[in-house]
Amino acid sequence: MTTPIKPKLKVATTSLAGCFGCHMSFLDIDERLLELLKLVEFDRSPLTDIKHCGPCDIGIIEGGLCNAENVHVLREFRANCKILIALGACAINGGLPAQRNHLSLPLILEEVYHAQHGLVDGFIPNDPELPLPLDKVHPIHEVVKVDYFIPGCPPSGDAIWKVLTDLLAGKEPELGHGLIHYD
Amino acid sequence: MSPDNKSTFTLDGKTVSYTEGQTIIQAAMAAGEYIPHLCFNPEFKPHGSCKLCTVKANGRQTASCTQQPQPGMVVESDTKELNDERRALLQMLFVEGNHFCPSCEKSGNCQLQATAYQLNMMSPHFDQFFPDRPVDASHSEYLLDFNRCILCSLCVRASRDVDGKNVFALSGRGIKSHLIVNAKSGNLADTDFTGEDKAAHVCPVGVILKKRVGFVIPIGKRTFDEHPIGATPHPTVKGA
Repeated sequence: MTTPIKPKLKVATTSLAGCFGCHMSFLDIDERLLELLKLVEFDRSPLTDIKHCGPCDIGIIEGGLCNAENVHVLREFRANCKILIALGACAINGGLPAQRNHLSLPLILEEVYHAQHGLVDGFIPNDPELPLPLDKVHPIHEVVKVDYFIPGCPPSGDAIWKVLTDLLAGKEPELGHGLIHYD
Repeated sequence: MSPDNKSTFTLDGKTVSYTEGQTIIQAAMAAGEYIPHLCFNPEFKPHGSCKLCTVKANGRQTASCTQQPQPGMVVESDTKELNDERRALLQMLFVEGNHFCPSCEKSGNCQLQATAYQLNMMSPHFDQFFPDRPVDASHSEYLLDFNRCILCSLCVRASRDVDGKNVFALSGRGIKSHLIVNAKSGNLADTDFTGEDKAAHVCPVGVILKKRVGFVIPIGKRTFDEHPIGATPHPTVKGA
């Protein structure tokens, strides 16, 4: 009799208004990735290039919400993932992109694409394929329910590993001193 | 009342002795016990505003920085209920201001951040206010970044009670409360504030910053990177 093979957990990841630094930090778990791959398989992720998220056990979101597409992707993840994790400062509190929040959006677009010195005939891009920017950048928990948060800019590979292994072991994830960082 | 419990109370089951006039947090600190706090600094008269040091004294919630103990008083501090409430207070402080730790020179030496680590604050929970608070870089030696102010009033107390200068004040009420600089222009450069002032060295967060020394101690090697804030009753911050 053969022992039944334990199905692998499905994990999806994405970067919204982030810099991919959190994904780079995720890769910093180094050879532990091989250990992880024995337990999980990746669905939508920059690592697989799958474009849409199917039903998953864990969804990991880097970055906050700065445009309409970010909101659509986030909702797709929430609808498909049993557990949703906010990874890093931008997903948790808006982070660097949210530093634009005290400026008005028209002023920023005008400054960046039109008024700045050296922009000859500059114009604000309006291709219908471009997602519309939001008035303010928001952390993801302001739009969907988020189950777990891994703070840091970026969180260390060790912090990401700790949360994932705690979850895979069926435990409440806990980051102690040294792993919990906001910087 | 038995004579045995005169001048002692219990803090989370441990017996703590106190002297006349001491508050609960002062007696706890003298006994080497940490109670989370932000607006309290043992060098200054208590302000009782941040409420982070709230304990249960004989079953009633009270700020331990202003409440004096009674003989035999039963004080609870490190309980799930109180720590949950403290975390909620911290989350409100975080969303009311702009606490963007990755760009803050005080990161790692910040009592607000370290207390949030200590109390396992994993997210701000509430919606961000993203207030608009311009910085004051007018002074040649010091920068004021109001985005991080938690209204603890330590700079107000230091400038008034120690420096005798009244450089800072809290203005407005309720959610409109904010820190102001006592000059006609509102700029720090137009006051007699100097780096020798006590007020230059008491900010528990990253509002009052000496210019050009921000990263002398690199991130990762700072006070609370090495030890959690609860390791000592009151932190001594590196470079302060």
